[in-house]
This record gives sequence, structure tokens and C-alpha cells, in this order.
Amino acid sequence: MLQEHRGTEPAPIVNGYTNLAADVLARAKACGATEADIVVADGETLSVQVRVGTVDRLTKAREKRLGLRVFIGKRSATTSTSDFSRESLEQLVADTCTLARAVVEDDVSGLPDAVQLATEHPSLDLYDETVLDTETQIDWAKRGEAAAFAADPRVTNSEGAEFDSSSGRVVLANSHGFVGSYKSSTFSLSVSPIATESGTGTMQRDVWYEVQRKFARLPSAESIGQEAARRAVRRLGARKVATKRVPVVFDQETAGSLLAHLCSAISGYGLYKRASFLLDKLGQTIASDLMTLYDDGRMVGGLGSRPFDGEGLATRKNTIVERGVLKSYLLDTYSGRKLGLPSTGNASRSVGESPSVGPTNFYPVPGLKSPQEIIGSVKGGLYVTELIGFGINMVTGDYSRGASGFWIENGEIAYPVEEITIAGNLKQMFKDIEAVGNDLVFRGRIASPTLKISEMMVAGN
Amino acid sequence: MLEPVQLTQFGVTELEAQHALDRLNVRDVDYADLYFESRISESVSMEEGIVKRAAKSVSQGVGVRATAGEKTGFAYSDELTKQDLEIAADTARYIANSPKGDSPVPVPVQRRATRDLYPVERVKAEVPTADRVTLLNEIDAEARRYDPRIKNVMASFNTEYKVVAVATTDGALVADIQPLSRLQITCIAEDRDNRQVGSFGGGGRVAFEYYREDNRHLSYAREAAREAILNLSAVDAPAGVMPVVLAGGWPGILLHEAIGHGLEADFNRKKTSAFSNLIGKRVASDVCTIVDDGTLPFRRGSLNMDDEGTPTSCTMLIEKGILRRYITDKLNARLMGIPLTGNGRRESYQSVVLPRMTNTFMRAGESDPQDIIRSVKKGLYAVSFGGGQVDITNGKFVFSASEAYLIEDGRITSPVKGATLIGNGPEILTKVSMVGHDLKLDNGIGTCGKDGQSVPVGVGLPTIKIDEITVGGTQG
Repeated sequence: MLQEHRGTEPAPIVNGYTNLAADVLARAKACGATEADIVVADGETLSVQVRVGTVDRLTKAREKRLGLRVFIGKRSATTSTSDFSRESLEQLVADTCTLARAVVEDDVSGLPDAVQLATEHPSLDLYDETVLDTETQIDWAKRGEAAAFAADPRVTNSEGAEFDSSSGRVVLANSHGFVGSYKSSTFSLSVSPIATESGTGTMQRDVWYEVQRKFARLPSAESIGQEAARRAVRRLGARKVATKRVPVVFDQETAGSLLAHLCSAISGYGLYKRASFLLDKLGQTIASDLMTLYDDGRMVGGLGSRPFDGEGLATRKNTIVERGVLKSYLLDTYSGRKLGLPSTGNASRSVGESPSVGPTNFYPVPGLKSPQEIIGSVKGGLYVTELIGFGINMVTGDYSRGASGFWIENGEIAYPVEEITIAGNLKQMFKDIEAVGNDLVFRGRIASPTLKISEMMVAGN
Repeated sequence: MLEPVQLTQFGVTELEAQHALDRLNVRDVDYADLYFESRISESVSMEEGIVKRAAKSVSQGVGVRATAGEKTGFAYSDELTKQDLEIAADTARYIANSPKGDSPVPVPVQRRATRDLYPVERVKAEVPTADRVTLLNEIDAEARRYDPRIKNVMASFNTEYKVVAVATTDGALVADIQPLSRLQITCIAEDRDNRQVGSFGGGGRVAFEYYREDNRHLSYAREAAREAILNLSAVDAPAGVMPVVLAGGWPGILLHEAIGHGLEADFNRKKTSAFSNLIGKRVASDVCTIVDDGTLPFRRGSLNMDDEGTPTSCTMLIEKGILRRYITDKLNARLMGIPLTGNGRRESYQSVVLPRMTNTFMRAGESDPQDIIRSVKKGLYAVSFGGGQVDITNGKFVFSASEAYLIEDGRITSPVKGATLIGNGPEILTKVSMVGHDLKLDNGIGTCGKDGQSVPVGVGLPTIKIDEITVGGTQG
């Protein structure tokens, strides 16, 4: 995978890509482009999968890609290629300009204004020079999986353990003279054990993982394997429950998925297309007053951090929701102009696509209660640990997903549950957040502590 | 289109490919292959009444793989020099505990298939951008004409032109040209504070003319608009266990999620599927016969050959309720000692081969669809769906309706809001009590995700009745 947005570090050396970018921009101009920008990304990946103690798959790759966006007046087009030869790039520039001439003028299209572009590129400590050899990665994966098997005799099989390391760099340049680059890396271990119920032979799988920009910050392989085993084993004996309306507690992972839906709903593209359930809500209450949310592109070591966004604007820390009131959308230049607002520095960019909007490091201010205290506050209800399916309507906020987790009785976890759905409407669900946990941990770009929603419909028997 | 092999178009000679295979063929390696791919993707999209965006991407590369026992070594490169091929080959064979050294493999024999499911003369990939723009403009006008409450139309047209060649240590050298296109339309309807969405689309390994035949593109536009307008009057969906009638076509996503993934050989070899050890056992009622068929002309999920060079086939998965066969790639067929079905697929040269579905559907039954609906006293009639997902290990699957109605006393009544349906894969098809005579394949919009890889697939279904399944609405 190319990791063009994953992290940051000013490139210590003048790299060849900067010259390549300047060359392509000059060609685009000669071809009639009034403005243009270019992204060049490359990366290296080593991935090791171990299953039941032996190496199952080993993948090694180097890749590179170049994406070009040109504007001819108010018309624009985007292209990409992995072939950096002179003829290929000449063809790419010509194709891009031809495509741009074929589409319709769009009044607000164009690069950001030159004055908005980032002028300093701080080091955000997102690159680790450590290069792991294959044997080390195999060892980590083996130890993670072995720890899962050792943790409980009911762990009888495995989907395997995977250790990935990757590093890459990104160069972004545009015809306003902006040139920026950064390097980033990630190291991750995931373990997926399978537990079997004696007697019925019913199987349950679960997974646990850690991902870090610095190898040294990974916790031990054993701790990841043990947690994975605990999660798989605790699902054994799961049953359905009766259909009823109850309080629902979301664990860190599933609560994070709710915040991801919030990010989509306040993304500029959904808003100007009128395809969001949070239209025209700036300055209004959209969530419980327990919710204060930030998006921080400059968090040191953050998995969503970067010194500049996909258009070259400086990243920053934005207050998104303050005590339930929506303070800011997530915008890039285009969607901002459509809404009459400045960019929030949230342009995300895949090589070869025009910018879109995405969160950087998005998280709520944690509360004071532990997950145990939150569960303890529920007389009868559901603790959700996994959600599946795509039953989310971003236009209306209607929400209906498959769930599994645990039934809570008198404040205690009673038994595992599965084959049920939870349903509601996201507009109401955010307002119905009754408790925010103290357990905020970053394991991706969007992080959440445990959240409790006062009532949702659970469908089962 | 099946073509004589021309590795030179990838900048590689047959001798260089042969040499790389020789390097891979060390003692412990059971099988190795080189997968060359070049792909041109183009898209145009419209919103707010104008075609704003056009994009094109070009990629080319080689994936090099060696398997030894259960182990797979894999490397890929977007450079196609002799040296890069050798480095990739050395990386891939790392998994074999064999000493270095080249051991020659038999010279691959060029093979040509006897059929061509998507002849390229008829599926010309090169369409002027101006024609694509006109297509989308006509769609926008048609959707807005359908009803003034349609306030925005988002449409995109994507095409892909992929050329692949596979050279293997079991002696094959085979190539294919795989065109693919899709038209997708989403409408937003607004009536005061009520806003709703409707979507429709279609495509396949078809020519641009396909979209204009009988103004197919305009009928897609009307369908998307109709769904959005219909949803303006939808009531909250019910919650709980009830009978559900699925309409034909795309609701076949049920089969894909409930049983298809669970029958992929990799999960069954590892015994991590809820369907492990169930061959020969009853997993569906006797009115259910289900196949995976990669040989249907022009279909989105069809292929002349899979990504290991094996011709695709029609595989009987479930025959009158009895589980007959898993779907396989070379690695899993070899390790399990079961037939090779031609289902080894990969997203691109950057990904490993996995057993994947092609077009998965239930054969037609004998019931009249009207009788099926009349047989339900109180339940749900689901016509269209968004996505679905399955937990392979415990068999629990979901799929989410985007157009559905209540059935009351044998009659279709109010439209209801989308709701997720949840069930257990090995059980759900035993609850199918009626199968209609109206088998329909979907329009060609499906993309299946597995292990981070996306591949195009098809599904199909006649009208069926499921006696009970949990419906995840909000009304208890």
C-alpha cells in the first residue's frame, strides 16, 4: 500500500522526485495548463503472515506512483501512472490536458490561493529508520500467535498472525511554487485466534492488533496475542436475545466507528451535495454536551498526522464539536468554496485522484468514568464489541447494523450475544450519548473511549 | 479476449520469463508463477448538473509467487526489467528451504482457450470522453424529469481495460484481455425537511453501446430517481424475526454472504469456516440449487481464465440442499486434494491469489412469484440491497435493504426504510420454503472485498421466501 498521507518528516536530502515534479509541472504549463499540482509517492513493504506456527505468506514490495492534476481555466482532470519514463510522462501530461478540455467549467475549481500554502513543515516524528529483517518479523508474528494459543486451551485454531512494516515518502508540488515532502513509517502486528466451544464445536474468531510509527513503541507480541485470545474465548457460548429497546454501550473500537460516521457527515463533499444528515448545523447542538471533539493534524507521532494536507495547506488542531455544539466542518479548498468557508486543512489525497476530505487524528476529550463504571450503570442492556454490515444511510442518518458483544444484567457482563442488530438514527444517537469513558487510546486516525447511548432498538428473537 | 501471448508488450521476453521461472523452481517449490498485468482505468463523474471530473490511471507490473507446502512467497514490482524479475523471484522463493540454484522448468506451452466470453472487437474500450460526458448529461436530465423533487443527481461512468499474462511452472503461458465498465447513479430527493437517497447502476464486460441499447442508461436514471422518491414515503422498518421475501436479481447478495464466502477453499482447508467438514451434508432446503459460474458471456463476474490461467467453470456448490463443492485456486485444491474450479483471483499484480467467487446464483424453482408473496401474512418484501458482510468463522452474515415493503395479508403495502437482515449462514437456506421460476442476474454492480482485495463479481436469485430471519428495524 502506498502511504501517501500517513505521516511526516521533512526529507533530509534533496530528492530526485522534486526535480521530476518541477519538470512535469513545466510540461503541463507548456501544454496549456493554467494551474497544476503533482503528487509523487513511493514506499516499501514487508509483510509476514504466520499460521499455526509456520510461515504462511511472505510479501515484499517496492512501489512508486505519480499523480497529476491540471486546471485549464475552470476545467480540471486528474491522472496517474507508475511508469516514470520520459515518454510515459509526456503522454500523461498530454492526456490530462485533453481530459480537462473535455469536461465542463466549474466556477470554484482551482488550487488553493498561494498565501494559504504551508510555509513551514515541522517534524512530527513519524518516521523510523529501523529496517526489520524477515527473520525478526517472522519471530514477532510467531510469538504473537503462540501467546494466543498458550493463553487458553479453548484457542484451538488460528487465522494467523501478521507483522507488517512499511515506509514511504510523499512529495507534493504545485504551480504556485509549493514544494513539500515527508517520510513516514508504520509497524503493526495483528493476531487472529479461533476459539472452539467443547461439545458443540462452535467456533469464534477475534482479532487484536497494535500499530505504531516507531518500532520501539510496539508493545510485546505476547501481550497482543493474549488480548486476542481473551477476545475470542469470551465470545464462546454466544446467543441471541429478545427484541427490545435498551441502553447500548460501545467499546473503543465500535465507538470509533460511530465517530467515523460523524466525520463523513461533516465532510464538505457530503454537505454541499446535500447528502448528509447534518446539513446547515454549524453553531447548533448535534451531540450530547459530554462530547467535545478535536481533529489534530499535528499530533506528534500520530497515525493521521502530516505537516501539510493533500493540497499543501498547513495542518492544525481544529475544535470540531464543543460541548455538543458543531464548531467546524471538515473541508478542503473545493468543498469549502462550495460552502463559502475556508479550508480546514483536511484535504486528503490519493495519488491519481482529486482531493477529498478526511480526518487527521480525530478524537473526543475523554470522560472520567472507567468502562467498568459505565457498564455498571446499565441495569439491562447491550455491550457492543463488534459491528458488521453497511446499514448506514448518510443522507437520513438511519442506522441498522449487525452486532455482537455481551448482555449486561444489573451492571455486570452476563453472557455473550450474537446474531442481533442494533438500530436507531445517528442524529439522535449522538445526542443520546450518556457517558464518555476515560479510556482513550489511539490505534488509528479516529479514536474513541467507551461511549454509552441511552437507548437503541436491539433486534434478535 | 483470449490472445496469443505477447510478453513483449510488458517489456519482457519469453526467455526472461522462462529464466525467472527457472530461478523459482528450486527443490521444495511445488508451484510458481509470474503474473503480468497492465491496466488503464478511466472515469468521468457528474454532480450538480455538470460533468466536473475526469480521471485516468495507468499501471503495469508483475507479481511473482512461489508456493511450497502451505507456504507462499510473493513479491511484486512495477519495474519489468530482467533484473527486477530476478530479485522478485529470489524473494518469492525465500519461503522454500532449498539451496539456491536454477533448476529448469519445462518450457511453457502457449495455450488458447476455446471460448471468448467478452470479445474485444465488441467491447471496444476506447470511448471518446465527449461521448461519456453526453451519456451522463442525458442521465441527469432524465432523473430530474422523473420528478421535480429530485434535487441532485450524482453519476459516474468507469471503464477498465486490463491485459494479463500468466506463466507457470506447470507449463502454461496464457493471456487474456479483460474489459470492464460500470455506470452508477445516485439521486437525492427532497420534500421539505425530508431528504432521501436512491441508487441504481449496471455494467459488465460490455461495450459502450450496451448503455445506450434501448436507452438503458435512461432506465437506470429513472430507477435511481424512483427509489429516492419512494423512500420519501417510507415508514420505519419493523424489528424482530419474521418471514422475508427476496425479489430476484441483486438480493442474491444473500448467497454471496451467507454461503459463498464460507465455501471458499482457503477457510475450509484451515478449518476456520462455519462450513468446514460439511461436504455431502444438508445446508439448505431441497428447493435450493446454487452454482458459481464464471462462464456467462459479458457478465461482470465472468472470466475466460482465472488469474492462475485456469479456465473458469460452472461449479455446483449446493445441489437440492446438499453441499457439493468448495471453490478453489491451485494452492488450496492441491493441499486439499479436491478439484480445481478456476476461482483463483487477485485484485492486481500487487496482491496474492485467493479463491474467490465469480457469478453466484440460485437456479430457478417452480413457484409463481405472486404465490410466494400471497403466502406471507405479515413480513417483509426486500427488492434492493446495499452491501453485506459475513463472519466466516461463526457464519453470521448481514445484508442491508435499500428498498423494501411490508407484506400484510399476502399483499405488498407500505415502503419501509432500509434495515439490516442478520442470519446464520449454514442455517438460513434450510428456511427457504419457496423458490420462484423467475431467476434474474444482477445488473453488474458488485464488488467483493476479501483480505483487503476487491474483485468484480455477480450474483443472482429468483424470488424466494425465507420463513424466518431477523430484521433489524426500529419498530418493535
